[in-house]
Amino acid sequence: MDAAFIQFLFAGLTEGARYALVALGFMLVYNASGALNFSQGESVMLGGMTTAVLMQAGIPLLPAMAAAIAVTLAVALLLQKLFSRTLERSGLLEVIIMTVAFGMVVRGVVHVFWGTQTRSVPAFSGNDPLMIGGATILPQVLWVIGITVVILLILGWFFRYSRAGRGFVAASLDPETAQLMGINVRGVLMLAFAFAAALGAVGGIVTAPITYTYYDVGVMVGLKAVIAAIIGGMGSPLGAVLGGLLIGLGESMTAGYLSSAYKDAVPFLMITLLFLVKPNGLLGKAPIERV
Amino acid sequence: MMNELLIKPSGVAAAPIKSVIGQRVFARYSLLFVLVLALALVPILISNSFYIAVANLVMINAVVAISMTLLLGTTGQLSLGHAGFFAFGAYVSAYLGGPQGLPTLLALALAVLGTAVLGWCVARLFLRLSGYYLAVATLGIGMMLSIVLRNEQHLTGGPDGMSVVPFGVLGFSLQGEMVWYFVLLFVLVFATVGSYNLLRSPAGRALRTLHDAEIAATSVGVDVRGYKVRVFVLSTALTGLMGALYAHYAGFITPASASFTHSVQFVMMAVIGGIGSVAGAVLGAVIVTLLPNLLAGAAEYEVLVVGLILLSTVLLLPRGMVPTLTAWYRGRKGRKAS
Repeated sequence: MDAAFIQFLFAGLTEGARYALVALGFMLVYNASGALNFSQGESVMLGGMTTAVLMQAGIPLLPAMAAAIAVTLAVALLLQKLFSRTLERSGLLEVIIMTVAFGMVVRGVVHVFWGTQTRSVPAFSGNDPLMIGGATILPQVLWVIGITVVILLILGWFFRYSRAGRGFVAASLDPETAQLMGINVRGVLMLAFAFAAALGAVGGIVTAPITYTYYDVGVMVGLKAVIAAIIGGMGSPLGAVLGGLLIGLGESMTAGYLSSAYKDAVPFLMITLLFLVKPNGLLGKAPIERV
Repeated sequence: MMNELLIKPSGVAAAPIKSVIGQRVFARYSLLFVLVLALALVPILISNSFYIAVANLVMINAVVAISMTLLLGTTGQLSLGHAGFFAFGAYVSAYLGGPQGLPTLLALALAVLGTAVLGWCVARLFLRLSGYYLAVATLGIGMMLSIVLRNEQHLTGGPDGMSVVPFGVLGFSLQGEMVWYFVLLFVLVFATVGSYNLLRSPAGRALRTLHDAEIAATSVGVDVRGYKVRVFVLSTALTGLMGALYAHYAGFITPASASFTHSVQFVMMAVIGGIGSVAGAVLGAVIVTLLPNLLAGAAEYEVLVVGLILLSTVLLLPRGMVPTLTAWYRGRKGRKAS
């Protein structure tokens, strides 16, 4: 493997990790409610921006991170109330439009209070690059990959072995039966929104030292992550991670070997091509329509 | 009113029904006629060309919003990429009429045809997808168009955009806000009347059953897929036409016209006025177009205000402004009568 390839590989994994975390958020909310939250990307922005603003005010990294995650959680729980209400009273179409509008409001508030300038969070352990196979890798890249792996392991354990996690899975498979078995289905949706917000916020914080953050950063990340979730097969956690990494790698390889101008077109091209051959995604199952 | 007619002997009732329908049609079109006449007088009364320019923009957006209403209000398909089709029409007409030197009328016709073909391809490929998948697929198409427009500098002028030759018909060159006001008013009236009639026709009713009960419609023999494709093509062609007209009217076009934000604005116009209501689409276009002008000087509040309006409409007036107000007005009238 030559050095350039390793360089692109790490760049792709870093971007891909962020997409994967947000795509998992999409998937959790989708599994709990059958609807998509199109403002999911704003959690990345809120996490990164809040941390950056607090650290510029002199607060150390860990408390700033905790506060950023708390802010993102609070916003997500507000959204969850509006989300359930819209889903009950109107329909899926209205939910899409409502969440797009909610994302605009979140961006608008951040724009008004914190302005449009690009902000950065200092790297967790310095900026001295490491040499891996001839490529120069920032230590922050290893933080991103490491934290993502830890989060995925925790999530995997939670859904497989913990009582709350198994209740969540049961409720997403069959809400009515789960409710009859005494599972709090409303609580499940709250849990999904909380998890999704925390995942996005962490993704935004750990990548902020590399990619920087600004009020508009969530839009593109959100759009690409929803594509990642669909590519992986909406509803499959493994698929969401796979989709996120594929998009990240596809982008970095395109930028490295073909054209950096067309990097952003990669996810959209990937989803268009995938829809033609496998409309349910890589790991998804065809939905059965009951009348 | 129906109750009164029903209790009368049938022989007597037949004539009034006919004349009632006749009166209704007359009432509907006379209202429209008065409205059009009033709108046609506007530029004579208001000579400030800034207001006319805003009105022109409103009318362009209103027709795109109507094309969105045809899609959303009938078959319930959400397109998050209509700005892409708008920009596609604009750039094709600008390129063929400018660098290629075709007569602008021909360039415009080819642009509309091209957008329709693009819409047809998208429809054939993706309409088997529904709900989110269609929204995401159209979003993807729109994004790719926008990226291509930004990068193919030799064709499109890149991020800086390209200038567009003025529109010429039979040796006359359409220039000036006033001339365009009448052209766009004509197009708007045409689109309004056309879509009203389409929504009321048997085809329109078949389309609406698609929205409410797709499987039921299939089982009673409605050609679901055929209708969906036709509506989608009609909607994209109309959007492409407005894109091309906008390019020649504004004389300049940039890739921002294909942006996701622009697509969301088109959706907003169709939603806040009332999904499926033609009058609502026009009202939505008026509100969304005027907002940035009203907020001039406070641009940092724009995203917030626009988002809040859309959010509160979906939450508080889930059916949109026009249907909610109409229902309220009818209810009041009903209470007064009884």
